Amino acid sequence: MIIHFSVNGRDVERDVRGDERAVDIIREDLGLTGTKEGCGTGECGACAVLMNGRARLSCLTLAAQLDGAVLTTIEGLGTPDRPHPLQRAFAEHGAVQCGFCTPGMVVAAADLLARNPAPSRDDIREGLSGNLCRCTGYSRILDAVEKAGR
Amino acid sequence: MPHGPYDIGPARPRLDALSKACGAERFSTDHYPPGMLWAGVRRAGVPHGLIREIDTARAASLPGVRRVLTRADVPGANRQGIVHKDMPVLCGSRVRHAGDPVALVVADSRDVLRRALELVRVSIDPLPAVCDVDTALAENAPLLHPEHGSNLLLAAEILKGDAEASLKKCDVILEETFFTPSQAHAFLETENGLARMDEDGVLHMTVSTQAPFRDRFEIGHALGLAPWKIRIESPFLGGGFGGKDGSTVQCLLGLAAMRLPGRWIKMWWDREESFLAGYKRHAARMEYTLGAMADGTLEALRCRLWYDSGAYAHLGGEIMELGMEHAAGPYRIGSMDCRGWCVYTNNPVAGAFRGFGVAQVSFAFEGMMDRLADRLGRDRLDLRRQNALRRGDRNCSGVTLTSSTGLDECLRRLREDELWTSRQAWKKAAPRFTRRGVGVAAVFNGMGYGRGLADNAIAKIELTPEGHFTIYSGVSDMGQGNASTYAQIAGETLCQDAGRLRVVQPDTELAHPSGSASAGRTTYTFGKALIQACELMASKLIRRAALALMIDEPGGFALVPGAVRHLPTGRELPLSALGAMLTRDDRICVAEYLMPVSREVPDTGKDFALGFPHLIFPYAAHLVRIEIDELTGAVRVCDYLAATDGGRVLNPQNFHQQIEGGVAQGLGFALMEDFATSNGQVATRDLSTYLIPTCMDLPDTRSLAVETLEHSGPFGMKGVGEVGLNGPLPAVASALSDALGGYAVRAPITPETVLHLLSAGARA
Repeated sequence: MIIHFSVNGRDVERDVRGDERAVDIIREDLGLTGTKEGCGTGECGACAVLMNGRARLSCLTLAAQLDGAVLTTIEGLGTPDRPHPLQRAFAEHGAVQCGFCTPGMVVAAADLLARNPAPSRDDIREGLSGNLCRCTGYSRILDAVEKAGR
Repeated sequence: MPHGPYDIGPARPRLDALSKACGAERFSTDHYPPGMLWAGVRRAGVPHGLIREIDTARAASLPGVRRVLTRADVPGANRQGIVHKDMPVLCGSRVRHAGDPVALVVADSRDVLRRALELVRVSIDPLPAVCDVDTALAENAPLLHPEHGSNLLLAAEILKGDAEASLKKCDVILEETFFTPSQAHAFLETENGLARMDEDGVLHMTVSTQAPFRDRFEIGHALGLAPWKIRIESPFLGGGFGGKDGSTVQCLLGLAAMRLPGRWIKMWWDREESFLAGYKRHAARMEYTLGAMADGTLEALRCRLWYDSGAYAHLGGEIMELGMEHAAGPYRIGSMDCRGWCVYTNNPVAGAFRGFGVAQVSFAFEGMMDRLADRLGRDRLDLRRQNALRRGDRNCSGVTLTSSTGLDECLRRLREDELWTSRQAWKKAAPRFTRRGVGVAAVFNGMGYGRGLADNAIAKIELTPEGHFTIYSGVSDMGQGNASTYAQIAGETLCQDAGRLRVVQPDTELAHPSGSASAGRTTYTFGKALIQACELMASKLIRRAALALMIDEPGGFALVPGAVRHLPTGRELPLSALGAMLTRDDRICVAEYLMPVSREVPDTGKDFALGFPHLIFPYAAHLVRIEIDELTGAVRVCDYLAATDGGRVLNPQNFHQQIEGGVAQGLGFALMEDFATSNGQVATRDLSTYLIPTCMDLPDTRSLAVETLEHSGPFGMKGVGEVGLNGPLPAVASALSDALGGYAVRAPITPETVLHLLSAGARA
């Protein structure tokens, strides 16, 4: 089926199969490999993207569901030259180790801050509880979101 | 980035952090070259059996399938393994665990690959599976490796003094048996890579690996290729923790590439395959008998350790060695009789994991210290301080500690912390239906490979024509941040700012052999080599600047950001001028370093071909406060404090990251992680059944640096990648017994264990 959506401000048209996953379209077809895949079953959060402003797991989203959506991936939030405040905060506050969970974390945090611009530490824990990190122990990720939220 | 040199000492953001946070850093998963094919593995599905037939015809005839390969297609030895070459690339006659590979399929797309793998018909005559160490060691047990003669991979002993005689003289003798489970690394980036065989016969591979240089030899041996015809590139890893030390996808990819030359071929294990076929921490059983005097002096330890190696050796013997070398804890003890058995079973393959054999024994020796303190009516921290190893002592293997030994100071820092001093009041304030406990643990973790295997690194640095510096890293960065620390070492030694420093991730064509990213050695060994390379570079640039400035005396020069300055005259030569002036040969400096080994060779541990003993140890003392729900048995970790002796701290941010991350994995090991198998079949196949901590499960860990001076280390440091993981399990167990009176002997400490201890306490 033919679908139309926008990704990071660019309009896209694609012919997709019914069983294709959004994460594969994003990574392989669009080349936006900043979005990661860690489990493929919706448990780790590494594949999170903003779909119509809300964080969604692209591994559980069918490509067909992208039709008509406004998609923002980690690359659309900011670049190393012009980073999003969250991306800058993650880097400055030591929230990044291996970095494989980081894009999904940043996306989940962006969703959280959009809804709650000054979250408490517990709010942040709640908001990021669907994203696994195996390196950091999370404290510095919470710090980064706290600082970016101020 | 602040103005000025990217130097040693201050907390510095990593150079790779922003590109990772923006999704711009490319991991090996992120490469999809045009025309690429997908490779995947058909796995045995049964834990033990003899292959009768592998019928590939239907799979091979599926449109879009390029090759279906079996054992007969493997050139070379078909054997992988870091020390023991016992693991087939593809099984030909026997399968030894459910994840053993029996066929390799290459297809145009993942979709075709998935269908083709299902069409490979594998007929296996099952054999009885041996799924625990006792069954495996029983007489007439089925053998996994008949040519090896038994299921015993290695039996070994470390003896110090006469433990049996000493035990007879002790005032107190305590006995206990401890169990720790298999643990999965659960890195977010599962095992993956891609490979291509060139027209000129060079195998190119980009792979998520902790040991690119060793991989060449492993692939070469298994596939009959010359190692120097293999080029490995190792981009940043999405986590490793030991699980990417040793071949995962490498030999399979190499084989696929050899059979389909000229095409890029990608393999990326999904989470279930990673759980099934990836390496795990060794499950262990540990029988301890500790003898002490009434004044708390430790006299003798007798311990018997069993490590479940799973189907293949990987580094099982070496991992058990490190456990045995640490068996009596970081304490002075008169004698030790430690015997260990590392055993083949039909469980998934065990291998390296942060805490490398020591995470297991830490539970046991610290459990014994709690029991001893309680028996003697002693303060648990005081008893540990009384026996803590100090520089000049001999450890439980009989090796004199000649290097930095900061354990007592770590323990002292806990003692003076408010979390400790306020503990009684805090416990009394427990809300209804909850109990509170405060636990402590003292741990250590030998650094480097140990005797018998050259722990070396070769660093290379280049001045670019633009006047910047490129460091060619020889050691993978799996997230621990060594790449950025290398830039810091160069920034410090050459007085350059971050903008002029670039680190190239390991590429066997560009960098020099530098060992694996493991054993807490990555910054230590390569760092020492890099300091020397930078010093050679500084000295050379000064001499070349003197030539260019026509100054006949090279004294009085200094490097400053972007230039060489002649201090007496104030004249400067920009580095860009030097870069443009010199030939490439002259713009490169190379230096190497070999980690020292103990000069003392105890008359024991002779069963270990390599790895015994170690010379340098980081230490740590951990404190945890937990709250227990009496109704559900749930344990909440309220506060965590880790005091760590890692020598001098080069970058506080990086140091604390390592400790916090190790503690997080250690708390998972303590409270929830249990890689479960049932009759050799994996029972925890995804992240909803194999639980790792989320941000809801962990407290904000406070990390304190106890800065000793490690004289041998780069700028006085030693590696702390592993030690942080060893403390949480014994600390939580300590807190549990503080709260409930009873002791846990099995990890993870589940609500069931807690409720059992609660009801046992109520009966008492």
